[in-house]
Amino acid sequence: MFDFEEKLIPLDDWISSFIDWLVEGYRWFFQGIKWPVEVTLSWLENGLLAIPPLLIIAVMAFIAWRTSGIRLSIFTVAALVFIGLLGFWEDTMITLAMVFSSVVFCTIVGIPLGIYSGKNDKFESFMRPILDGMQTTPAFVYLVPIVMLFSIGNVAGVLATIVFALPPIVRLTALGIRQVHPELVEAALAFGATSNQVLFKVQIPLALPTIMAGLNQTIMMALSMVVIAALIGAGGLGAPVVLGLNTLDIGLATIGGLSIVLIAIVLDRITQSLGSKSN
Amino acid sequence: MPEISVKNLYKIFGDSPERALKLLEKGQSKEDIYETTGMTVGVQDASFEVEKGEIFVVMGLSGSGKSTLVRTLNRLIEPTAGEVIIDGQDILKMGKTELVKFRRSKTSMVFQSFALMPHLSVLQNVAFGLELDGIEKAVRTERAIDALKQVGLDGWENALPSELSGGMQQRVGLARGLAVDPDILLMDEAFSALDPLIRTEMQDELLKLQDRQERTIVFISHDLDEALRIGDRIAIMEGGRVVQVGSPEEILQNPADDYVRAFFRGVDPTGVISAGDIVRHNQPTVIWHTPQGSPRATLELLNNRDREYAYVLDSEHRFFGVVSTDSLRTLLESPPHDAKKKIEDAFIKEALVVKETEVLQDILPQVASHKWPIPVIDENSVFKGVVSKNRFLKTLYRSDNNSNM
Repeated sequence: MFDFEEKLIPLDDWISSFIDWLVEGYRWFFQGIKWPVEVTLSWLENGLLAIPPLLIIAVMAFIAWRTSGIRLSIFTVAALVFIGLLGFWEDTMITLAMVFSSVVFCTIVGIPLGIYSGKNDKFESFMRPILDGMQTTPAFVYLVPIVMLFSIGNVAGVLATIVFALPPIVRLTALGIRQVHPELVEAALAFGATSNQVLFKVQIPLALPTIMAGLNQTIMMALSMVVIAALIGAGGLGAPVVLGLNTLDIGLATIGGLSIVLIAIVLDRITQSLGSKSN
Repeated sequence: MPEISVKNLYKIFGDSPERALKLLEKGQSKEDIYETTGMTVGVQDASFEVEKGEIFVVMGLSGSGKSTLVRTLNRLIEPTAGEVIIDGQDILKMGKTELVKFRRSKTSMVFQSFALMPHLSVLQNVAFGLELDGIEKAVRTERAIDALKQVGLDGWENALPSELSGGMQQRVGLARGLAVDPDILLMDEAFSALDPLIRTEMQDELLKLQDRQERTIVFISHDLDEALRIGDRIAIMEGGRVVQVGSPEEILQNPADDYVRAFFRGVDPTGVISAGDIVRHNQPTVIWHTPQGSPRATLELLNNRDREYAYVLDSEHRFFGVVSTDSLRTLLESPPHDAKKKIEDAFIKEALVVKETEVLQDILPQVASHKWPIPVIDENSVFKGVVSKNRFLKTLYRSDNNSNM
């Protein structure tokens, strides 16, 4: 038995039949998860594509100017104009829509999870291996079940992105809550704060810079999933990269990748300065 | 009725406090319980009362349970057993909402580490308790500005706590405590983090505030000088127990055990004991403008009683002067012999009074430089008695013995 020449634990078969069983029996459940993502995504996508590019550039430049300064503002204008001239405007808007909708859901799910694990040790030790798994499991492993459960396309891409991008915001929210000095919580309680008041008047405001760092990380992780999501038929800036890879078109793959990097730099700088402002 | 009354209060930290409580009842010591069960006894059978309007100092070394004790008074720490009655209500029986209401209206707290919210301005910090209570913005701003004025920080409303020095930050902490206008102010080592000069300044500030508006203050300290300076009464804690409660003079003169005695070793008793504590009413007194108060009758009285000095009072027992057999004799023998002599002409000019609140240190020069026992009066100039050299030295000898045993 211990010469290990043949497989004795057919775990792969079990998992396959488990996924088959899930797909057969719980389609309604997964459709239920898919629905809000689908709505948000199409709303964002249609919205971004309907707005004239120059207006979007102006708004982004304004946000960059208000959060960081004139330098980032100029860089943003240059980067977006450059991407537009490369012919990737529409792809960029699709990518932004995908990134924003996954970040929206990561925030909605992640901040409450983070707050709870910041307050409850047991819950945190329960969450930790799950978050580790979400971050370290190679994305290719869960692409197949995601395709089986949600079929291919942008929505499946967003769901895969959520899985990958959720952990940082949960972790950093929990860290932020834990870093609040216990004396401050004690002081609030001594003056008659309810537990909700402690949360909203002390813990969250003081954890905000850390939560913002988590948001920044989540956005960056979401952007890094763009190409992988393209493998399951998601559009956006990942598509030219995948196409370039498949057809050995180095030029196409490179300009696709370059556009992703430029967008990443702009979003990173903006959210970072948001974080340091709330500090 | 006392404002705060604590009865047989216990706090045990650990997973099964009930078990530790039983072991304590069986007479096991705190150390044994820690060794066998790993549980820590924070407060053990504490009972005391705090009167309305007094500054009650709880003193002990670190680890004596004093910070735990003060936190049981507003249930920041949940006691294991016992009673805490504040204003007739057992706060340990309160539900969640009652407790929140109690904390908002009855008590407030000042912390050693200041515990100011770094994201709020000074004004917002001071108004914090009022905001929690849902008090309208205009009102709470007004009350917060008033509280800042009381601690001498007007003009700093919009600064952030991080821009202030330690002493100023604690003034903000104090103002935050005052803004909610509590009956009871809990101060947990409030001045311990400040440097000595600022600390003394803050103690004076607190006493000044207390003069204007009497609150019940429970003040935690490990600093004996501080306790003696501001405390009306002191409770001494050791290993979770309250070993003695009393006024500084009482504790200094009759320490309950060696621990308390050791605590007070090195304390200069002349800075604590006041003239009123050792005054004796054992000298002859005469009433001015009465037949018995004439120079001749007074001299006779002194001769009969074999005393040297008499103290002249008016009919309201206010002190007027000291006469001696010598000064009376000189007066009576001076010409003209037949004229009516007034006793005030026999007053010893250098005989000054001391107030009963003055401490021994302050009256020492008087006691040392004059032969007669020094007269002591109260704030209405009423004669309370005298302090003799003998009495003075005996007091010193006794407290010295106490602290060296």
